[in-house]
Amino acid sequence: MTTTQIETKPKRKVRNFALLSNKAGAAFLTPAGLLVSVFVIVPFFWVIFVSFTNRTLLGKTALNPEFVGLANYFTLFDPSNFLQRGQFGFSLILTTQFVLASALFGQALLGLLLAWLIQTVPPWVKRITETFVIAAWILPEVVIGFAWFAFLDRDQGTLNAMLTSVGLPKGDFLLEQPFWVIVVFNTWRGAAFSMMLFGSAFSSIPPSYFQAADVAGASSWQKFRDIGLPLIRGHIVTDLILITMWTFNTFTPFLLTNGGPSYRTELVSIYNYRVAFNDFQFGKGAAVGVIMMLINLAFALVYLSLGRKKKG
Amino acid sequence: MASVEFRNVTKTFGSFNAVSDVSFSIGDGEFVCLLGPSGCGKTTSLRMIAGLETPTAGQVLIGGDDVTHYHPKDRQISMVFQDYALYPHMNLADNIAYPLKVRGKSVTERHGRAREVADVLKIGHLLDRLPSQISGGQQQRTSLARALVYPSQVYLFDEPLSNLDAKLRLEARGFLNHLQRDMGMTAVYVTHDQAEAMALATRIAVMDQGQIVQYASPIEIYRRPATTFVANFVGNPPMNLVPVDAVHGDGQLQLSAIGITLDGLTMSSAISAALGGGKTLTLGVRPEHLAIAEPGAPNTISGQLFANENMGPESLVTIERPDGSRVTARIFTDDHIALNDAVTLGFSREHVHLFDGVGNRIPADGE
Repeated sequence: MTTTQIETKPKRKVRNFALLSNKAGAAFLTPAGLLVSVFVIVPFFWVIFVSFTNRTLLGKTALNPEFVGLANYFTLFDPSNFLQRGQFGFSLILTTQFVLASALFGQALLGLLLAWLIQTVPPWVKRITETFVIAAWILPEVVIGFAWFAFLDRDQGTLNAMLTSVGLPKGDFLLEQPFWVIVVFNTWRGAAFSMMLFGSAFSSIPPSYFQAADVAGASSWQKFRDIGLPLIRGHIVTDLILITMWTFNTFTPFLLTNGGPSYRTELVSIYNYRVAFNDFQFGKGAAVGVIMMLINLAFALVYLSLGRKKKG
Repeated sequence: MASVEFRNVTKTFGSFNAVSDVSFSIGDGEFVCLLGPSGCGKTTSLRMIAGLETPTAGQVLIGGDDVTHYHPKDRQISMVFQDYALYPHMNLADNIAYPLKVRGKSVTERHGRAREVADVLKIGHLLDRLPSQISGGQQQRTSLARALVYPSQVYLFDEPLSNLDAKLRLEARGFLNHLQRDMGMTAVYVTHDQAEAMALATRIAVMDQGQIVQYASPIEIYRRPATTFVANFVGNPPMNLVPVDAVHGDGQLQLSAIGITLDGLTMSSAISAALGGGKTLTLGVRPEHLAIAEPGAPNTISGQLFANENMGPESLVTIERPDGSRVTARIFTDDHIALNDAVTLGFSREHVHLFDGVGNRIPADGE
């Protein structure tokens, strides 16, 4: 089959390197295509449809949901309670603060700092640092969630044990500072990605650039500001968009705080989960889902357009 | 400007001895080339002067101060890198003026100074361009300008011309020579190109396997190479080296090898000392000191014609001796010379170099 194609279209040389015929390729793609359709594409349109209904788990609207138009959306954006705790607006603002503090400041800055510092340390320090940081990133979420829960526990927690041993008072962090707990948690959890991205970007800069700066008399800070940072600008933009998207969608803080106490750590993903699967208001939950998809779509479009600009 | 000195400097990387126990000094205003094949330790030596490598043992002195453990920025040096190390995100003016920026000079001052230097190097009209928008030769001059923009004690060059094509390299070499005459700078210049070293240096340090084999003026290295390694490395094409058997008696030394006729040489104390180690010596004659001669005449080497390359002002005639070794002669003539299969090359007595069994030069009478 491939041969006949080459004969009929000699200009399309790419075909020479095709590993599979079209038929075989289609056969291999079909299972994945079916799975994606069933679990991604169909739910995508289903969620949009459900968001225009008053579908619930129980009651008569469970069997015969009615079409309610944009009513779910109007409820979400109801100005009278938009910013109250436990409402959509509150969790949206909370999520924005969470993204700013834990992704843009926490992960990106910490990752950048670590990536810069491990460029010059002895190889064994570099390897140990990378191992610890990456371990925080690759461990399963449930394990991590439980480990942090144990770490922060008021009575038996490791952190309080450490504080007591140096004579500092105990704290009930999960109740007193829940927002900062999840910020620190997410920073710790995700800094590895930024560190690795920036680290590989830094090490792709020819060493002679920094040596020339050394000889010219530049300090560490000047080398970072004048050479390191400008030369990885593209990687920084990529990193910021990716970690913003990931942090915006993250659900893991739920394992630590359950969204509480009293909605104080209820990010949009957790709000969405509560509305749909605790309150069983499928229609309203679907509407939250659609808004989240739109926000993600905006990020994705920015990301893709930047990628295209880089190539051109 | 300042002097540079190495005192018993050793540098090892793991188990590899890059530089072993090297001592030499470079006088104020000297232009010294470190010459040798790749892996001989020349670049490592240069980087130890710059402070980019720290010696495993020994001391490095600049201007009489022990700077062995100084950071590069505290050494008041300039360096030109092989890949130029120009910053792709800065235009030429900012690249050239970067050393002034880190010294806290104002924008007007550093751009003014960058323009002065750039004008001298004939890149003044390119100051707004990015490094990617100029040619290789212009990039080379930009990196040179960055090295010259601030006062330095020593200027270091790490194979600065090796990324240029042949024509640009000649031009840049001439320019560097002019600059050295103009400024009288102290410079250390690493190269593997013997012609570059000969053309630029006031002294050449020929290095091999982490050690300095000979440290002398270019003309001295050309006329009296200390070892067969130096003889073989300097000169283009390199010196012809032929192993010969030595027989002595009556105060005369007879050297013989297949296809070679030689007048007897007067024995000297140096020769008899060298012969203590064995009966085999190495005879060296530079290609430019060979000429076509009559077969059977004294002081000749003969063999079968192997190649006859016309280079324009000269021809390179290579013959193959009965033992398979080759001897090349530079015959200075514009005309293509017609040669038969058997060729005899003659030389005069004063152009003969002798090396002992391990390759060290045997000084001639009066040396």
